[in-house]
Amino acid sequence: MSNEDVAILVPVFNEARVVGDVVRGLRERFDRVVCVDDGSTDGSGDAATAGGATVLRHATNLGQGAALQTAIDYALTLPEVRYLVTFDSDGQHQIDDVLAMLDLARAEDLAIVFGSRFLDERTRAGFLKKLVLKTAVWVTNQSTGMRLTDAHNGLRVIRRDAATGVHLTQNRMAHASEIVLQLGRTKLAWREFPVHLLYTDYSKAKGQSLLNAINILFELTFR
Amino acid sequence: MDPQDQQLIIKILLLVGVAVATVLLTRSSTGARHQAIRRVLLILFALAAAAVVVEPALLSRLARFVGVGRGTDLLLYALAVGFVWFLASYYGRMRALNRQITDLTRALALAEARRTGPS
Repeated sequence: MSNEDVAILVPVFNEARVVGDVVRGLRERFDRVVCVDDGSTDGSGDAATAGGATVLRHATNLGQGAALQTAIDYALTLPEVRYLVTFDSDGQHQIDDVLAMLDLARAEDLAIVFGSRFLDERTRAGFLKKLVLKTAVWVTNQSTGMRLTDAHNGLRVIRRDAATGVHLTQNRMAHASEIVLQLGRTKLAWREFPVHLLYTDYSKAKGQSLLNAINILFELTFR
Repeated sequence: MDPQDQQLIIKILLLVGVAVATVLLTRSSTGARHQAIRRVLLILFALAAAAVVVEPALLSRLARFVGVGRGTDLLLYALAVGFVWFLASYYGRMRALNRQITDLTRALALAEARRTGPS
């Protein structure tokens, strides 16, 4: 397998219905899939293990940001890992996008590649959702000084040297802006890449709801 | 029961309340220096509270001295300030605690992964 220097990092919280298939799909192309089970109560950890992932377990639920940081800390203990890929556990992301982003990072010597659903027209989001996400992007850009088109996209390729600069303290959803801020501070080369988010009925029912977006805005404003 | 006796009952109740709160608060533990300061403040508070309970006129006189009309108003203001102070200090402590729980949980997860080895 050609992606031996890649670790796919998947924070998981109560996604037992889908995480097994997500991990299996990833394992077809990647040796190393690391799931951090963030205190799930529905057997998500076992499903991920069955799918072929290395599973780390949080004894209690801390939030996606905390799970991501644990995954990063773990991946950095593996000397052969050169690229870290953050990937959502609910099946929204495409493996082809990951491969394309890795190719781009290798070809152009980029330290960071952010996935963006707004660089092309493939992803269909509702008007309100778009509005909230765009607002979140604007707030993030104001505080980070970067010019991203999509701040709350869970798909990112992070090279080892950039990952050492990430120390997330926002345990809940606002980590998505925090990671952009900290990656920006590394001053390493970055690029955005158009990705396709599949809004399945499952992800719509539980993923980033509008209420969640409101929480993000609050966490960012009153931190 | 004449008014004097009724006041005696509430005075005893309040004194007991202050005493219990004082004992409970002295027992909490953080840094030595911090703790010493807090204990001194606490004793001062307890003395002041006791004095005001025994002799309510003191509070009114103090209120007039600092420019507040009535003793009850002064008490309300002090309470409001004290509540906000309490909120602020506990918010800080809660954040520190959350941080510790996060670090602990992460260390545990990583230690477990080291123990079982990469699969």
